[in-house]
Amino acid sequence: MTAANRYDAIVIGGGHNGLVNAAYLARAGRKVIVLERRHLLGGAAVSEQVFPGFTFSVFSYVVSLLRPEIIRDLELPKHGMQILPLESTVTPLPDGDYFAMWGDADLTRREIYRHSPLDAEAVVEFGRLMSLMARAVKPVLAIIPPDPTSLAPSDLRGLMKLGGHLTSLGAEKFHALWKLMTMSSSDYLDEWFECGPLKATKSASGIIGTFMGPRSPGSAYVLLHHYMGEIDGAYRAWGFCKGGNGTISNAIAAAARAHGAVLRTEAPVRQVLVKGGRATGVVLESGEEILAPVVVSGLDARRTFLDLVDSRELPEDLVEQVRRFRFRGSSGKVNLALSELPDFTCMPGVGVQHKGAFSISPSVDYLERAYDDAKYGEFSRRPYMDIVFPSMIDPGMAPPGKHVASIFVQYCPYHVNGGWTPAKREAFGDAVVDTLTEYAPNLKRAILHRQVLTPADIEQITGLSEGNIFQGELALQQLFFLRPAARWAGFRTPIAGYYQCGSSTHPGGGVMGAPGKLAAERILAGA
Amino acid sequence: MRIPHTLRTTPFHARTAPLMQGQNWRRWSGFAAASCYEFTHDREYAAVRNAAALFDVSPLNKYVIEGPDAARLLDRVVTRDVPKAQQGQVLYMSWCDAHGKVIDDGTITRLGERSYRLTSAEPSLRWLHRNAFGMDVRIEDVSERLGALALQGPLSRAVLNASARDAVDGLKYFRMMDNRIAGVDIQVSRTGYTGDLGYELWVPAEGALPVWDTLVKAGADYGLMPAGIWALDVARIEAGLVMLDVDYHSAHRAMIEAQKSTPFELSLDWSVTLEKAPFNGRQALAAEKARGPAWRFVGIEVDWDSFERLYRDVDLTPALPMVAWRASVPLYRNGRQAGYASSGVWSPLLKKYLALAHIEAPHFLPDTPVEMEMTVEHRRRRADARVRKLPFFDPPRKKA
Repeated sequence: MTAANRYDAIVIGGGHNGLVNAAYLARAGRKVIVLERRHLLGGAAVSEQVFPGFTFSVFSYVVSLLRPEIIRDLELPKHGMQILPLESTVTPLPDGDYFAMWGDADLTRREIYRHSPLDAEAVVEFGRLMSLMARAVKPVLAIIPPDPTSLAPSDLRGLMKLGGHLTSLGAEKFHALWKLMTMSSSDYLDEWFECGPLKATKSASGIIGTFMGPRSPGSAYVLLHHYMGEIDGAYRAWGFCKGGNGTISNAIAAAARAHGAVLRTEAPVRQVLVKGGRATGVVLESGEEILAPVVVSGLDARRTFLDLVDSRELPEDLVEQVRRFRFRGSSGKVNLALSELPDFTCMPGVGVQHKGAFSISPSVDYLERAYDDAKYGEFSRRPYMDIVFPSMIDPGMAPPGKHVASIFVQYCPYHVNGGWTPAKREAFGDAVVDTLTEYAPNLKRAILHRQVLTPADIEQITGLSEGNIFQGELALQQLFFLRPAARWAGFRTPIAGYYQCGSSTHPGGGVMGAPGKLAAERILAGA
Repeated sequence: MRIPHTLRTTPFHARTAPLMQGQNWRRWSGFAAASCYEFTHDREYAAVRNAAALFDVSPLNKYVIEGPDAARLLDRVVTRDVPKAQQGQVLYMSWCDAHGKVIDDGTITRLGERSYRLTSAEPSLRWLHRNAFGMDVRIEDVSERLGALALQGPLSRAVLNASARDAVDGLKYFRMMDNRIAGVDIQVSRTGYTGDLGYELWVPAEGALPVWDTLVKAGADYGLMPAGIWALDVARIEAGLVMLDVDYHSAHRAMIEAQKSTPFELSLDWSVTLEKAPFNGRQALAAEKARGPAWRFVGIEVDWDSFERLYRDVDLTPALPMVAWRASVPLYRNGRQAGYASSGVWSPLLKKYLALAHIEAPHFLPDTPVEMEMTVEHRRRRADARVRKLPFFDPPRKKA
């Protein structure tokens, strides 16, 4: 074994969290290597020219939760990250009308007033409460979750701090938090609003990446999780990354490299080497061994605990918990190269509407029916879609005059009846295009190329188990001190020197980077 | 159906837009409103105190509340005794949440036996609906179909008498009458936001232009000037009138408790009637009244000699704030912060530098010496000032 193959730390997986983790470790002076299976870094935050001249954020496609301290610490703007505004959401309606929320409060008020004068006011007060709630909950995202059943001093200190924080919320916020943790997003929004498309479009945030419908209890909390990105809107952390989400990964990678980290692609890890209950390094698929006293897995919990190590090294109850950890990928992605922009019947022509999102969420019933299909093992015949046109925000994404569309689609279950086949994938793509064509009749003739990604494809390409975009559902029973498993939510594992830093850990998914950073803190603290 | 991506315009816009010399528009509740029409607001302000000024105040939110329970609803919401108001009477007051924190302020006009009009700075439909549970009442947002003009100044009565069908000589302070201008049925209330003799005209949107034209034509003989928000701001500071989102924040918008105010803290004691049917915030307000408010809303008069000295120290003549500032400016007493001013302006009439301020007990008594922070040639300084009772300017003609 040469010294060249010895490091202070090995990070398995070059997704954004692995890269963040490596960057922080390298920044602290550690000799770090990142091992990525694919030919490019970024995991599910990659930009690729899927078709010549057309660049796509193949999987994740907007920035909302990326932690501001990571942007600052790693100097991401210096390394090429530029966030562009993505301000509006237009929801086309079946009757030819639309419902919109714009970047400007006066414009939005006027639009909502058209649908419901009461909701025009409610939306402001709702926004205030969500902002208060997000500010109340957000500090929790920045701490290593304490174990409420542990008597260790660090856990007790953490719990006291957390308890103090919760009791300091005051009645209004505490009661709202209680409701958000127990209710469905639909029920919660019913307490506030009367306008159907408004409720549906807002409740969509409560189902993204989960196998829940808007009427499933617990979905209200997911709504809040996504709101947290918006409170950083003041610093413009919410938006579209120039060049697509791969630019974020590349910026983090550049920061890591600048701090001395070695980043290797096409270096799939076969196994973590364990000796006497201690991680000592990894062995690659090629047979090459790389040694380090610290091995960090940025992969999801299933791969971290069940694939990369011999499960006999782990307590039986942890294996059982990880086996039960719910992935159930529920969303697909359709990327289109377009000769022209879709011309929406509800808002004809090309305009400012194309610089924001379109949401196919006309009613809560519509979303719930889409979920019904998935519940019984089918993709939604008429799915929920969140559509953006990155080429309208960053002209570099497509050749001049041409465009790209990024369509996030739900529900598209991993466990589909009969399994995923190429024919079924295309049928899913057809359902997406057909549904969207109802709102924008020129769509079909505008499509030059189409890429359809089911959860099975997402799993196959990125390695995310069951294609879950969050490395495991964001559901209350899998969050905080239960993410990914009771007693193992603090980034450690039962194997000394073996750590986890992916979105399977606290505080979860979204291009947030927090798990990577928190894991680095834990490792650097030597705990 | 498609909402144009432009600011809304008022029913008078076709007349006000051509007057605009400096493209000095601003936003007011999502409407385009004039800061001033001429290049500066000097003459527009002078018209308020010397002749007559015409303000387009259509962006105000206006609601008609009708039905058997109309008085009950409003009485439950606001701090004044609504059922006691006579037909044609106008009440000014604030309204509070359950904790006695002010949500908004405005006026209620009793239009008829069971019909009222509420004006507010912020949209209030949701709050009215929430309070109307179980009540037999109809709430209509008439903001869009009702234009509003403020005709203010010592000659405003003469201008109105020269334009309207019925003379307004008999119209008392805070009373309303039906009238007609240019064949358009309007309502005239003796109210305003300048602390001067003045009227507000409630005009159906479709009749806005003939009413404007008639007033402007008749006003030509009386020095009438269309005026913008800058002139209004000077006048309302002289009159000591509080402004939402400038001097205080709505309890429905505040992000922290400290940003909220009670009517007592805004020195609106006179508009709070505790001895009436239950209303929002009554318990909290009764307790506060017994205990005495922690803050008061007061006038601040900057000491000229001290102010001038700060500038003389750097070899400059004093820079007077001719356009009112809207910012939070610390006030000190005995070296410690005792409060903050929220609006300030040079009063061209009183020849004084005035501010409106929130001051903590016990420093809010009239004539208490304080210091106001100001930046003079890039350096933070403090000028001597004194607490004053509001209003600064209160001419007999206002109520006469």
